[in-house]
Amino acid sequence: MSINPEQLRYSKEHEWVGAPEDGVSTVGITSHAADALGDVVFVQLPEVGASVTAGESCGELESTKSVSELYAPVSGEVTEVNQDVNDDPSLVNSAPFEDGWLFRVKVAGEDAELLTAAEYDAFIAG
Amino acid sequence: MTQPSAPPAASPRRTALDAVHRALGATMTDFAGWDMPLRYGSEREEHQAVRTRAGLFDLSHMGEITVTGPQAGQALDYALVGHLSALAVGRARYTMICAPDGGILDDLIVYRLADERFLIVANASNAQTVLDTVALRATDFDAAVTDDRDGYALLAVQGPQAPGIVAALTDADLAGLRYYAGLPGTVAGVPALIARTGYTGEDGFELFVAPGDAERLWEALLAAGADAGLVPCGLSCRDTLRLEAGMPLYGHELTANVTPFDAGLGRVVKFDKPGDFVGRAALEAAAARAAEQPPRTLVGLVAEGRRVPRAGFAVTGPDGTVVGEVTSGAPSPTLGVPIAMAYVDGSVAQPGTPGVAVDIRGSREPYRVVALPFYHRER
Repeated sequence: MSINPEQLRYSKEHEWVGAPEDGVSTVGITSHAADALGDVVFVQLPEVGASVTAGESCGELESTKSVSELYAPVSGEVTEVNQDVNDDPSLVNSAPFEDGWLFRVKVAGEDAELLTAAEYDAFIAG
Repeated sequence: MTQPSAPPAASPRRTALDAVHRALGATMTDFAGWDMPLRYGSEREEHQAVRTRAGLFDLSHMGEITVTGPQAGQALDYALVGHLSALAVGRARYTMICAPDGGILDDLIVYRLADERFLIVANASNAQTVLDTVALRATDFDAAVTDDRDGYALLAVQGPQAPGIVAALTDADLAGLRYYAGLPGTVAGVPALIARTGYTGEDGFELFVAPGDAERLWEALLAAGADAGLVPCGLSCRDTLRLEAGMPLYGHELTANVTPFDAGLGRVVKFDKPGDFVGRAALEAAAARAAEQPPRTLVGLVAEGRRVPRAGFAVTGPDGTVVGEVTSGAPSPTLGVPIAMAYVDGSVAQPGTPGVAVDIRGSREPYRVVALPFYHRER
């Protein structure tokens, strides 16, 4: 049984994107990615109002050992960023699919290669 | 998210505790050719356990080399920068092995186990170099150099609760065992060299045992330490612990391109010991240079922001010019902000120098220069 929620779709860079509600989707990183990073200590998120482009870097995540780029899985305008994660980056580790979400986007287009949960399971299993 | 780094192609060596780590669900990493536990859960929680309670480490990747014989001490006096022939039996020294040009080949701990028996503990990444170099330098002495890397597993118990935990499993006189001392004994029924050493900035012990005894000792320590809050700890927290304690790491603060004097550790070089030693002339020149016109100085940097400096990042001065380079950097669990060690020019080496920054991917992030260490335990 997968730990990756069925209703989400996934990028090969290990972001998840939720089904749009009123055209707005929520974006985060997967638990697989959070586990690989280790304790996240700092997130730099795009600003509200900024345009992000699917497949391009829009922020970064710092962990104890490394820094990783955050890639946008969809294109569009950022409508909200998760201030709780800004204040407490460990939410990315403790609840990557829930309270550890990163930002919300008014979707204008998406990465052509987004995966279903089953496809992402297979992808990370290698 | 970028994909985490791929595992190395060559199959790494595994310690005697490999099955234990896997059963505990450790995240493993390749370290100097060894498959080692990076962390078991949260590396920050492991770090805090060592600072406030106790942590248990598998350090079996460290390289043990035994030197024996009537001239074992003299051979080490010649091969290393320290005065090992003067070391009392049962004591240990932090020392270094240098190239003829004074560059550091490795930093070491040397234990004198008997009059004619020393144990060198080298970094895993340098163990072969140290073994080959010491063997070559000992040729003209009545001493034998033996590769004992497969002869030992090494477990460390570190943290304020470490003495109580180890004391519950041994009759050895731990109270009489000072920092940087080692004695043979029995822990949990297992013959061990019990050393009061570590690399965390906390009190603690390193236990050298036969690989076949490692699992039994590991389980006994975990059981004895359960009530005190002992947890298994990986190499990730070992790195942040040593960084907070201002302890250098070979390949970062120490390299073949710096002398002990450049690293601010000239005290390990004993010019007044009898006889010649490899690197003496170059090190005398390095000492004079350090006294007259100090080369770059190793300092601490504390972030004013939250972005983390990493090894190799440039340090800039008030006018924006490069004045140094970060050698190690990490988010400090104890201080709650990123910290780094860096070699910097004399112009910005004084604690509190204004206008110092680290170039983090093109953005100059303000950093405060501080004296090392970042963390000093209360005694």
